[in-house]
Order: sequence, then C-alpha cells, then structure tokens
Amino acid sequence: MRCVGSGQQLKRSNIMPPSLFHRLRLLCLVLCCTIGAAHAAPSPETLAKMAEDDSDSRIEAIAELGAEGSAQSVAVLDALADEALALTGAGRLVILTDTGALDAATGAAIDPYPDDADALMINNRIRRALQSAKAATNIRATDRSTRLAAALQLRDGADEALMPLLEPALAAEQDKEIRAILALAVARVNLASELPAKRTRAAELLGDSADASVKFMLTALLEKDGNGQFAEPDAGVRAAAKASINAIERRLAIADLASTAFTGLSLGSILLLAALGLAITYGVMGVINMAHGELLMVGAYATYVVQGLFRTHLPEYIDSYVIAAVPVAFFTAAAVGMLMERTVIRWLYGRPLETLLATWGLSLVLIQTARVIFGPQNVEVANPAWMSGGVSTYADIVLPWNRLVIIGFAIFVLLLVWLMMQKTRLGMFVRAVTQNRAMAGCVGVPTARIDTLAFGIGAGIAGLGGCALSQVANVGPAMGQGYIVDSFMVVVLGGVGQLAGAVTAAMGLGLMTKILEGWAGAVVAKILVLVFIIIFIQKRPQGLFALKGRFVED
Amino acid sequence: MSTRRSFIKAVTLTASLAAMGSVSTFAQAADTIKVGILHSLSGTMAISETALKNVALMTIEEINAAGGVLGKQLEPVVVDPASNWPLFAEKARQLLSQDKVAVTFGCWTSVSRKSVNPVFKELNGLLFYPVQYEGEELEKNVFYTGAAPNQQAIPAVEYLMSKDGGEAKRWVLLGTDYVYPRTTNKILRAFLHSKGVKDEDIMEEYTPFGHSDYQTIIANIKKFASAGKKTAVVSTINGDSNVPFYKELGNAGLKATDVPVVAFSVGEEELRGVDAKPLVGHLAAWNYFMSVKNPTNTAFIKKYQAWAKANGVPNADTVVTNDPMEATYVGIHMWKQAVEKAGTVDVDAVIPALGGQTVKAPSGFTLTMDPTNHHLHKPVLIGEVRADGQFSTVWKTKEPIRAQPWSPFIPGNEKKQDM
Repeated sequence: MRCVGSGQQLKRSNIMPPSLFHRLRLLCLVLCCTIGAAHAAPSPETLAKMAEDDSDSRIEAIAELGAEGSAQSVAVLDALADEALALTGAGRLVILTDTGALDAATGAAIDPYPDDADALMINNRIRRALQSAKAATNIRATDRSTRLAAALQLRDGADEALMPLLEPALAAEQDKEIRAILALAVARVNLASELPAKRTRAAELLGDSADASVKFMLTALLEKDGNGQFAEPDAGVRAAAKASINAIERRLAIADLASTAFTGLSLGSILLLAALGLAITYGVMGVINMAHGELLMVGAYATYVVQGLFRTHLPEYIDSYVIAAVPVAFFTAAAVGMLMERTVIRWLYGRPLETLLATWGLSLVLIQTARVIFGPQNVEVANPAWMSGGVSTYADIVLPWNRLVIIGFAIFVLLLVWLMMQKTRLGMFVRAVTQNRAMAGCVGVPTARIDTLAFGIGAGIAGLGGCALSQVANVGPAMGQGYIVDSFMVVVLGGVGQLAGAVTAAMGLGLMTKILEGWAGAVVAKILVLVFIIIFIQKRPQGLFALKGRFVED
Repeated sequence: MSTRRSFIKAVTLTASLAAMGSVSTFAQAADTIKVGILHSLSGTMAISETALKNVALMTIEEINAAGGVLGKQLEPVVVDPASNWPLFAEKARQLLSQDKVAVTFGCWTSVSRKSVNPVFKELNGLLFYPVQYEGEELEKNVFYTGAAPNQQAIPAVEYLMSKDGGEAKRWVLLGTDYVYPRTTNKILRAFLHSKGVKDEDIMEEYTPFGHSDYQTIIANIKKFASAGKKTAVVSTINGDSNVPFYKELGNAGLKATDVPVVAFSVGEEELRGVDAKPLVGHLAAWNYFMSVKNPTNTAFIKKYQAWAKANGVPNADTVVTNDPMEATYVGIHMWKQAVEKAGTVDVDAVIPALGGQTVKAPSGFTLTMDPTNHHLHKPVLIGEVRADGQFSTVWKTKEPIRAQPWSPFIPGNEKKQDM
C-alpha cells in the first residue's frame, strides 16, 4: 500500500513544487501509519457526489475525502480549492495542471487534453468545508506551522464531531503553543459535556482564552431562562465560568487599548509623513505652499513608475521595488519643488497672500499634468509581498505589515530630517537664513541658493511621504487634495518651525482621531477633531511648541 | 479632443445665435442627431464615469457604422461636469438649450441626478441614468437602466441568509455618508426587521467621502462578529475609498469564510487597484459581471477592448467592463429602437415608444423596459471575488425581475407599488 502511494508520488512529482510534494509524502506516511483503513484512491461514489451540481453533496464528498485522507484525495481537495478540479462533458472529474490534465480518481495523465472540461465553482460554504477537511488532515502534519494553522482552524470550528480527532491530536502534540490551542478547542466542546466535573474543568480552561466568542459562550451559561433557571444547572461550573469571563474581559480590554494605540500611532505616522515636508517649507521657510499635497502626489506617482519599470525590466526583484522607489520619489519631488521655487515662489517671498494664490495655481497645474500623463483614473500600486498580510499578536490582534513598515519609515525620515537640519552645514545655513536672513547674508551665506535647496529638501521629503502613502491609500491625480488640510493641521497645531511640534501634533491627532472614531464613528470624529483644533488655535495661536529667542520678524 | 471640438462648436453656436437672434433655424438645419454625454471626466468621480463616457462613444460609433438612426448619423456631444453637482445642472441646460441634443446619457451619483432632474423636466429633455440607486424617484423625463433596491440589495441579503450564503444572523451595514447608502440601509434595516433580525444584531456605520483609514472600522467589525452568531457585512462604500477598505480587510486577515462582505458599488473597475488574492470569496451583487459567458458578452468585451486600444485609453490593455457600462450600452440601444419605432426623436413621442422595448444584453438575458415605471426588468447576479479581480457568479435569478423604485420597506410607499 505504501508502495502504491509513493509510486503515485513519483508520477506527481513532476507537476508539483518540491515542498508540497514533500509535505504530501510525509502526510501520506503518517496517514498510512495512523489510519490502517486508508484507501489508495478516492472511491467512485465520493467522486460521483463531487461531480453533482449541488453544494450539499459536494460538501459530503469533501468530508469523505478528508476522512479517507489518501494522497490522491488530498490532491483532489487541493485542486478543488485552487479551482483546478474540472468536470468534462462526459462527466469525468479531472485535475487541470499547467501542463495537462490528470484523472481525479487515479492521478494518471489524460491524453488527449479534455477541451470541454469546466472547472467546478466553489463558494464560501464549500471553502469552509475544505478548510475544515484540510485542517483535519494537517493536524497530523510534521511541519509545525502547518499544524499550528490547522489547530487554529479547528479551535474556531470545534464541535462534538471533531472530538475523535482532537483528543488524540492533543495527546500526541509536543509543541506548547499548539497544545494550548488544542486544549482550548477540546474545552469548547467539553463545555457541553454531561459530567459537571468535565464542564467545570472546561470553563476554567477557557479562562486562558482571549477570544470574545468564548466569552459569549460562557455568558450564555449564566443566563436565566423563562422559569428563572440558569442555563447551567451546576453552581460550581457557573463560578468557574464567571471567573473565566472576568479573565477574558480583562484580556480583551487590554487588547482593545493596545489596538487603539497601534491604529492611532499608525495614523499619526501617516500624518507625520504627509506633514514633515510642509514643516520645512511652511514651518521653517514660511511659504504657504498649497501645492504641498501635489508634491506628495509626485512622490506617489514616482513609486508607481518605479513599480512599472521593475515589472517590465526586473520582474525577479519586483518585491524590492519600494526600496528603489524611495530615492526616486525623493529626487523627483525635490526637482519639481526646486523648479517651483526658482520659477514662481522666489519672487513672492514675504507676500503670503500672493504665495498662497500662486501655489494653489501650481497645484492645479500639477494635478492636470498628472491627469494628462497618467490618465484621470487611480493607478494600482501593489504592496510587495513582504508588506502584505500581518503579524498576529496578543489576543489575536493583527498588526498589518504595511502599517508597521510605515511607522518604521516615519521614524527613519524623521531621523534623516533631524540629522540634516542639526548636523550638516546645509542645515545650519537653512536655520540661519530662516532666523535672520539679512545677517546670514552678511556673513556670506548664499541665501538665494539656500532657499532653493531648502525648498527642494522640503519637497523631497513630501515625495517620501507620497511614496509611503502609495502603500496605504489611493494614487490618483487629486490624491494630494485630501492631505493638504491634514498637513497644515499638523504643522499649525505643532507650532511653526518645530520638528518636535510636528511629531507631537501628528501622534496626538492620530491617537485622538482613533479614540474618537471608536467611540463616535468616523464622520463625527472628523468634525470633533476640527472643532478641537479651532478652539486650540484660538487659545494658543503659536501652537504646541513655539520658537523661543530673538528673531527678526518682518 | 471631442470636448474641445464641442466647446468650439458651442462657442460658434452661441455666436451665431446671437447674430441671428433665432433658436429654431439652427436645430432643424442639422442632418445629424445630437446625443449628449454628461459624465464627470475630472474630479473624484472621474474614476468611475470616464469608462461610461468611453462605452457611450463606442456604442454611438457602432450604431453609426450600422447606418445610424432614421438614416441619420449620431453626433456625440461630450461635456465635463467635473464631479461638481451644480455644474451638472448647468451642463445639462447647455446640452438641451444650446446643443439641442435629442437624448442625454449621464450621471453617476444620486446627487448629480437630483441636480439635473429639474432641468430635464423644465426643458422636456430625455435622460438615461445607468447606475444602481436607492429608488424613491420616478421622473417622466428620466429612464433608469441601473438597478432599483429590489434588483440588487434585497436579493443579496437574502442570499447571505440562505444556506449557501452562510446563514448570516448578524449584520454590519457599512457605507459612505450620503443619500444612497443611507436610504439603502434604511430599506435593508426594515427588511431585516421583517425577517426577525433585532436591532442589537445590526450595526450601522458611515464614513466620509474619500475616507482612507479603515483600521478602527475593521476592528469594530471583528469585535461585532465575535458575538457568536454568523456575521455578514453589507458595504455601500462608494468611490475610491473601497481600495483602502479592501486592502485593510485583506491585511487584517478577515477572511470571506469568516465574515463575508457583500458590496453594491464595487465592480471590476474598483478591484483593478487592489491585490484581489486576500479578498477571494467576498461578494458583490450586480446585474452583470464581465465574467459572464455568452456570445453577446464576449462580443461586447472584445468591442470595448478594441475601441479602448484604438482610441488611446490609458492602460488600454487592462480595461474591464462592468455593470453601469453594460447599462449604458443597453440604454443607448433601447433609445435607438424607440426612436425607430416612433419615427422621430421628439421626446414626447419617444417616451411612450420606450415602454416594452427589449434588448439582448451582455448579461445573457433579454432586458425589457417596463411600460409604466421607466425601469428595466433586470436579472440579479451575485458573484464572489476571484484571485484575478473578476467575479464568479454563485447565484442568479432565473429571469429578469421587475423594479420596485418605491421600496415597500419604506413607510408611506404602500400605495405606490403598482408603479
């Protein structure tokens, strides 16, 4: 029997990636040892059920294939999940591969290729059944992460029917984390046991969970029915349930707080990236740059172009396009910024109203230019694979990778700006010119050139912000319009001319928005934040951090 | 290009009108039939409406190539109301009183339609509106080729309640904050009540237009869904907010097998900007999917892709077709047939001729214009997102169903059910 199994594996090996092949072989070996009755191939009745155009019979077939567990059955299940299981006009089930078609019953190649094969459609219900069937076989896998995923799947769908599977799996499991998960799954089922002692033990065990659905299961025990009787007759079980509910609630409260804090920081880091460039051009140089949002847009489109170039020229390195896009976004936006400064803004220093109008006009020009070059529609900027998905932490809070990366990137950009402003000669000149232009000029600082460079750096940083925004928001010609208000909010609230102010304001606004959103909804939160800023600015027009010292005001 | 041409034309027209001091002579001298296209080509709605302008131009070209209407060629007049609702009314007035268009195809958002309605009524024009909407309206001068709530929202919720849909018991109604989502959710809440769903099992949330940070909302949905009963999300989020919403959904690991999301304003076009792999299994309800297999649809898609290439549409190699585009296509053909039946483009003659017109649509069904309520009888299709951003149909009606623009689930509409 093992010989037949491995013979099939050899045939299959040329169409399967080695890792999957390896896993399947291990699975096959394990199954052969554990289930003596396993057949080498799915039974014709099961396949006939699968071929029927009815979800109920298909789900039955999936359960049967999962229970039967031979390599060929697993292959059929995998093919169904990938929508590669097809039915020919003659009613024969086949597995479609890149190179040809295989018979679903035997795994033998079919020649000639059945042109009339139509892939079986799956819906969410079938997908769920598939996941359970896969989890039931995967719980015996030797690979730890496969087992872990299977255990999580089983925990969420644990019921009486799974007990014969769960208990031996728990007994055989060596890994501590997986054991804990399986113990929870068993406890969930045992909560309905007939023995009060078993129920008490289960209720106690469930106190280790951080799952809100477990809390609802336990609360249901404490509810009274119409006659004043508790759903759970045993007082000991009720006490255990109560203690567990408290423990879970404590954990959920912490998780809630942690996730609000994270979302707040994440929004704050996005606000900061959007506003940092403005903190230089407006905060330090005093230029009211209404085209700031469009510099973000330039950075985002630069990222899009780099992505396109990687797709056509370096498809094998596509996952690192974002890293290459960072300098490109910086220099493109800086070039556009310096051009703006040289042609328009430098003639308007000290005339805020004219600057405001001129830069607003520039923003319209930039939007229209983007529309002409890239079209009016949003363009697709995909997250690279390493920025997709998330990391699951305490109490099932998922921290998405793209948000984590952006928080890190915000810190990096902040550090960059701080170093440049504080530690370089250019930074010193910029500070000198903005604090006292005439005196700086007298001691030989080329003020006009410094203006251009400083504006270029501010614009370049806005470009970096755009590069980051492209990973979480839409990239389109008018995308900058949505950030201009937020950016000014951060800079004005933080205090003009202060990086520390911008950081505090961005993080504060991020946290405040997220706390209010959780409490009052997104629409009201937006209004409340604006009201807060209006009141704050009236009470403290200089912002959170005001410049101290002697400055020449004009 | 055509915008500029029509602008020049408009200027010349105004100038000559001023010179002649007469309106009628000009319109009658024309040997073409003018057709207005009133879609935003800039601003927030350009993302969706540009494709509708394209498909309208393609259909007009197709009709002209087949000999035109009543022996005359159709001449498209394209204007850009720039996603600016009052400008919609101004441009509509210009189309009707200056360009003298026989019919107009246009609008996407309900607010833009509400803005032009009085103009079409006053000047007795004819408007074809191609997008699903909230109902509660019936204008003599407007024909609605998109879905009414009973042709989209209600069947989608019924599907999610069914065994195959996952037997959802708790509901999150999530939308953008304006008239369409609010009215639809009002209808859905009443419908859910009628099915025995209690208020504590319904969560309603709105976000502003252009909202891009869905972290809190996704966390709230997760929390709401963990209360033990099977939960489903009904999304009426509109425009480009959908991209960050679905990105966040995928990254947060909220899978369709746990909490399915059914959307009413997300189609092939919106999914172009998203990596669809984490979204497999989430749903959309429409009256047409690009993935529908039938000869009419294959020809429709081929025609549009060829047109996009020939006319230099940006990213022409990846263009997709969607439901409102199909509705535009059907609307133009239906108008052509009605004009041929009436023998004139006169609005008062065309309106009665439109009732009962049928067109074989790319959805694979033959659609009929209802003789009384100006809405199409449409099939309902529910599709699950595939990894390539297309939809696979998991449920559909056997035949087109009649629209109920006045939803029976809104109090006060009881007497309007025959319309």
